[in-house]
Amino acid sequence: MSATTGGGAASVDVPMVLAERVTKSFGSHEVLKGITLEVKRGEVMCLVGPSGSGKSTFLRCINHLEVLSAGRLSVDGELIGYREANGKLYEMAPKEAAKQRRDIGMVFQRFNLFPHMTALQNVMEAPLRVKGLPKAKVESTARDLLARVGLADRADYYPAHLSGGQQQRVAIARALAMEPKLMLFDEPTSALDPELVGEVLDVMKGLASEGMTMIVVTHEMGFAREVADSLVFMDAGVVVESGLPSEVLANPRHARTQAFLSKVL
Amino acid sequence: MSATNVSGPAAGTTPPSDETGTSQPIKAIRLRHPWRVVFAVVLVAIFAFFVIDAAFRPAYDWVTVGKYLFDRRISMAALVTLELTVFSMVIAIILGVILAVMRLSPNPVVKSVAWFYLWIFRGTPVYVQLTIWGLISLIYTSIDIGLPFMTPWISFSTNAALNTFTLAIIGLALNEAAYMAEIVRAGLLSVDKGQEEAAVALGMSWSQTMTRVILPQSMRVIIPPTGNEVISMLKTTSLVTAVPFSLELYTRSRDISAETFNPIPLLIVASIWYLFFTSILMVGQYFLEKRFSRGVGDRQTDKNDPTAPTTGAITGIVPVIGAGQPTVVVPPAQGTPGTTGDGGAR
Repeated sequence: MSATTGGGAASVDVPMVLAERVTKSFGSHEVLKGITLEVKRGEVMCLVGPSGSGKSTFLRCINHLEVLSAGRLSVDGELIGYREANGKLYEMAPKEAAKQRRDIGMVFQRFNLFPHMTALQNVMEAPLRVKGLPKAKVESTARDLLARVGLADRADYYPAHLSGGQQQRVAIARALAMEPKLMLFDEPTSALDPELVGEVLDVMKGLASEGMTMIVVTHEMGFAREVADSLVFMDAGVVVESGLPSEVLANPRHARTQAFLSKVL
Repeated sequence: MSATNVSGPAAGTTPPSDETGTSQPIKAIRLRHPWRVVFAVVLVAIFAFFVIDAAFRPAYDWVTVGKYLFDRRISMAALVTLELTVFSMVIAIILGVILAVMRLSPNPVVKSVAWFYLWIFRGTPVYVQLTIWGLISLIYTSIDIGLPFMTPWISFSTNAALNTFTLAIIGLALNEAAYMAEIVRAGLLSVDKGQEEAAVALGMSWSQTMTRVILPQSMRVIIPPTGNEVISMLKTTSLVTAVPFSLELYTRSRDISAETFNPIPLLIVASIWYLFFTSILMVGQYFLEKRFSRGVGDRQTDKNDPTAPTTGAITGIVPVIGAGQPTVVVPPAQGTPGTTGDGGAR
């Protein structure tokens, strides 16, 4: 696969995600007003901010679930959604876009597990159908992944019979099954009961410690402080402030950041 | 019912709890419903009267009914009716899925074409459509394959290419496709948008997303009304006499009674056959619904659960068309482990 070769020694300096003046409008409403940021290989970045600030939209732009209105966005040095040739941009065919998405895992706020498949089938689906790997191999990998998120004994359960926290952990395993180089988390714990948040965050911490590059939209400031390498505060479609989580959380420089943090901390 | 347990002693009026804290079962005189009984008796009496009367009424002529029920001509006609139903329904479902996807297309031309199809075929009576199909050879005398405005490569006369059986199937299928399109569309729209996003985010293609994720889930919504449509189609086949095609059940029994001058018994014969088929279809629908409610019903469908009854679940249950979730109707076997589903996770 061409995408994985990008991870070779030659491209160590290429940032995993490079966003340059990313703009997104829905009709006349501008949701993202020029986001510029960089995520290094192995970095864990937390995106925080009030709802409607564009965090989720930005995340969805990274795997082309939303199409940019302006700006450039590349993952591992590859432009997302477009091909560049002779100084012109060509819109990608759905097939090519799908190929790019294979390497980008995404975890949703509402889990979005396939309800008609068991946990195991959910995890196996994409490697089996998209990558066309042999079934026996996919199944053993899938069982390993479920064990890794602590759900080995729930492999044959349908999502409806799992708790929210368990469903979200299956969703993480499902994304990991494609062996992504980047993981996107869109408020992974916002739909969970407070006592189930911890189990999902623990899995994410484990992932971070193994060196996975992660972008996490979250309201869990404790997680951000403990796990994230960088923290970005967004409001009204712009990056207001960014830096080390400990610094931003302890000494926010902007009034808007201060106001937000005073409410959530 | 631990809640009553807590409030029990405080209220003072409920039976006292014993030491172990379990509350006493309620022993009360049952409320009588005399009018229910009266109404039931009256209904049974009317029904019995009707049945006894019908058994001896000469016009029904049960002897003739018995004679023709398994008459070769009738059973062959029943088979033809079944063929008409199956062929036209299969074509209608395929065409319906295509039309539904077309209606959801972002391309306005494709969308309008599908809408126009629906407008025509749903807006005119099926009897009229069947009659027009019967007259198709007057409108298009030959079927030519080739490029427009050039000598065709192959040419058939319409009458030779399309017999009345084929025309009947085309007529029924094209009409039904319009209804199936709406059913399928509703099914596709019923699936949460997040499902498509999750599939796309995993790198699945459009066709994979459709066939692996969206369609299997929409089946739950599509199957009950489709069951209705199949049953409705079985009965609508009696209209193909408009084509005119005369070898199906209704027309065949009318033809026989025209010879015997005894129409009622043959109508009963036809009705018994229709009822027989619709009953089979209803049972089939029950099992299809069960199959596609995997993961949304209860633990009944969990194949790894040894206590879940896999066979015999249907005993005593009348599958009702359009009744939604059959799994709800089936009482769970004792000790369903579903109750421990969440808590015992860790």
